[in-house]
Amino acid sequence: MLNKIKPNAYLLMVLPALILFFFFHTFPALQGIFYSFTNSRGYGDWDFIGLQNYIHVFQDARARDAYLFTFKFAVVATVLVNVISMILALGLNAKVKFHKTLRGIYFMPNILSVLIVAFIFNYIFSVFIPEIAQNAGIQALSTSILGNPDRAWIGVVIVAVWQAAAFNTILYLAGLATIDQGLYEASSLDGANKWQEFWKITFPLIAPFFTINMVLAMKNFLMVFDHIMGLTGGGPGRATESISLLIYRGGFQGGEFAYQSANAVIYFIVILAVSVFQIRNLQRREVEM
Amino acid sequence: MRQRTNWPATILLIAGTVFILFPLYITIVNALKTPQETAQSILALPESFSFDNFLRAIELTNFFDAFGNSFYITFFTVIFTLLSNSMVAYAIARNMHKKAYKFLFYYLVSAMFIPFPIIMLPIVKQMSALNLTNPSGLIILYVVYGLSFNVFLYVGYIKSIPRELEEAAIVDGCSRWGVFWRIIFPLLTPMNATVGILTALWAWNDFMLPLVLLSDKAHHTLPLVQYVFQSQFSVNYNLAFASYLLALLPMLLVYLFLQKWIISGVMKGAIK
Repeated sequence: MLNKIKPNAYLLMVLPALILFFFFHTFPALQGIFYSFTNSRGYGDWDFIGLQNYIHVFQDARARDAYLFTFKFAVVATVLVNVISMILALGLNAKVKFHKTLRGIYFMPNILSVLIVAFIFNYIFSVFIPEIAQNAGIQALSTSILGNPDRAWIGVVIVAVWQAAAFNTILYLAGLATIDQGLYEASSLDGANKWQEFWKITFPLIAPFFTINMVLAMKNFLMVFDHIMGLTGGGPGRATESISLLIYRGGFQGGEFAYQSANAVIYFIVILAVSVFQIRNLQRREVEM
Repeated sequence: MRQRTNWPATILLIAGTVFILFPLYITIVNALKTPQETAQSILALPESFSFDNFLRAIELTNFFDAFGNSFYITFFTVIFTLLSNSMVAYAIARNMHKKAYKFLFYYLVSAMFIPFPIIMLPIVKQMSALNLTNPSGLIILYVVYGLSFNVFLYVGYIKSIPRELEEAAIVDGCSRWGVFWRIIFPLLTPMNATVGILTALWAWNDFMLPLVLLSDKAHHTLPLVQYVFQSQFSVNYNLAFASYLLALLPMLLVYLFLQKWIISGVMKGAIK
């Protein structure tokens, strides 16, 4: 009897967290979905307008451009980050001198604020490189790439790769550490060269890490925000306006609370779909290898 | 196994560090130069070390206020995260056979896939209605949002701790709370280090949440201050670089001394 009255300690441990999480995370998310079916500006009266916001997002050239830019950026940056991280990890995993120092240097970008790093690169792209190019007579680079609507996205990719490669390298290093060295001895006895060794042994064995890296990198890059705030502010024009930036601008400054909520719901579905698609495909390949 | 040093890899890796260190080099030398010196050459070392830029940046951006805000937010976020998230994870890990707890686990973890922009607009409204558009509100959000990933990390770790230890303590009359604080929490130290490091990096460097949430200038964090003063920096690069360097310096110094811990902490969090 007495036991029954005693409150369940486990329940008391999780209940406050559950309530707070619902209140500060789930509830606003549900609100966002709710308002996406209204014409609310974030304040004042509003009415239900059904799917109109969604229809408008699909017809909106600004939204379309933001999705195109974000995907172009995310795909290119994901591929580059994974290739570079894999090479760095293989290098750091080899028997190299100053191993700890090198690892420390290559990991450093991960601890720095993306926004401030982007500000520093902003200066490098818009002042330093043009000045060098002018002195050297290289016409193509004599103006800032950030000022060129067709090339500004490359600047965003460079900063993103510079910063994100650190984390992915560490993940690949962790993967490489799990490989049994005996396998390489056996393969070198069989006369396999380094290239075959990588594709036949190393890569299949770290395939799960490749999957995680691809999924995480893609998901993070689809949410790109800080890089762009520090580099271009979405410009020139709207050439580098990402989806997050569009939702932020439209929602807070443009009075498009409900409209950008609909955009955010679509954005959520897109990110979820991309992640699920990646995980399924990459895991299938893991099994085949 | 005898293995010789791989010199080609060593040399290539050393050469590659130029790409990593170059932006930092540019930042440091230009923070120490005058505009005239920078106009002559961006790359050259300063002729004399001038700390004027730093003094002016400190004054202009209220550096110590921003540093204090960032430190306050990061410190309490980490403390509350470690204490609360580990406890939630413990209760879940020990009850995963029950439907409700299993549901709670997947409920928290699946939230990782919800992009922040979908919450961004409503949460700002909600927080301002609660008068929480300040550092305290920010700390609450970091601790609560951290649950998704941290519970995932902790639960995996707690499952590997044998229950016999706890049962013996219960028999000796120790309460469930006592078991957690006296037995489990100390055993979680390696995972606490990982969670603490990841949380500190996140709270310290985050820009988006402070940007949308903090309305009062007196509450601004270090990254946010750089953003707010960007337009004033654009006419004086040396001042800008001094300010950037000051903002990066605390984390760089911490990294210099705790490098090994930070890398292994992040690595452990990533492999889970």
